[in-house]
Amino acid sequence: MVLEKFILAAITTNPAKIPSGTAVFHCEDKKEMEIIAANLEAILDGIAHALTEELYVIVKH
Amino acid sequence: MSEYTYPILFGLAAGTLTRIYMLRTDYRQYPTYLHGKIIHVALGFIAAGLGTVAIPSIMEEEFTAITFLTLAASQFREVRNMERNTLTELDSYEMVPRGKTYIEGVAIAFESRNYLVIFTSLLSTLGYLLFNIWGGLAAAILAVLISKKLMSGGRLKEIVEVEFVEPRFDGAGLYVDNIYIMNIGLPERQEEVLRYGMGFILKPKNFNARSTIANLGQRQAILHDVSTALGVYRDSGTPALVPLAKRDLDDGRVGVFVLPQEKNINKAIKIIEAVPTLENAIRMPTERQTNGKGS
Repeated sequence: MVLEKFILAAITTNPAKIPSGTAVFHCEDKKEMEIIAANLEAILDGIAHALTEELYVIVKH
Repeated sequence: MSEYTYPILFGLAAGTLTRIYMLRTDYRQYPTYLHGKIIHVALGFIAAGLGTVAIPSIMEEEFTAITFLTLAASQFREVRNMERNTLTELDSYEMVPRGKTYIEGVAIAFESRNYLVIFTSLLSTLGYLLFNIWGGLAAAILAVLISKKLMSGGRLKEIVEVEFVEPRFDGAGLYVDNIYIMNIGLPERQEEVLRYGMGFILKPKNFNARSTIANLGQRQAILHDVSTALGVYRDSGTPALVPLAKRDLDDGRVGVFVLPQEKNINKAIKIIEAVPTLENAIRMPTERQTNGKGS
């Protein structure tokens, strides 16, 4: 089976909102979250999507 | 030398020259120099040969000889397969792929052009044998004109109006006019997208056009053509920088978002207008007789 879209990682500043079943990166603030998201985007070949102000996901398309 | 030598040579030359004329390398850069061209000129020569000997064999009352034209049909269907396979293989390495519909269109064109060559050769030889070399020449010119008419398809400007719209962000969502394109989270990526991105709205002129530009293959063809002509701000490993075309569900307009290296609005509009309407994408819902006898 080929998955067309898949969440590779989640980056969040709000520990209460963490999703389960995927790699989660906790961050202190928004700035750190953006840096980690940018790096993960490049490393994982995915796109960083903003779900809310405090939760980003990296999705492979 | 028999009485047919010159007419056959003439038909052969007319057919091969027609194939060379139809084998133009344009912005699509296909087929490329030199080997790709040799293959098609050689196949054109074979097609010309098949077409040109049909008339002498009828005149000699060798009617069974006509059956070898069926050979031509299977031979040139193979050409279509060959083109389809080659282009599909190469498509995965394109920055912005052509898409299957576009590839199928190109493959069909290659097959049908060989039939046009058969037609040209057949007509030229017939003209030569019935009249003289001038008759053959006139028939050849007529056949080339008909071929030219048959091989040129429609352009997008006949079915849509193209309008430039600056893309914008609403939160993390990228929009062209009111059409949602994609979600881009990182602020630096958003800046890049706004700096290099261009948005266009394709407004269908009628109901048929609405279904045609909704076709995903047609939309991919637009993105491919714009990216080929104006370059693309993208590399492997930057999936966020991807040209996309999305549809307004309410009125069938299509929002095209591209990332060209040369940001020239007028040129881009001209390029979109000149994108071929893919014959596999054309839909004509208005041709359906809803009140016909059957219903």
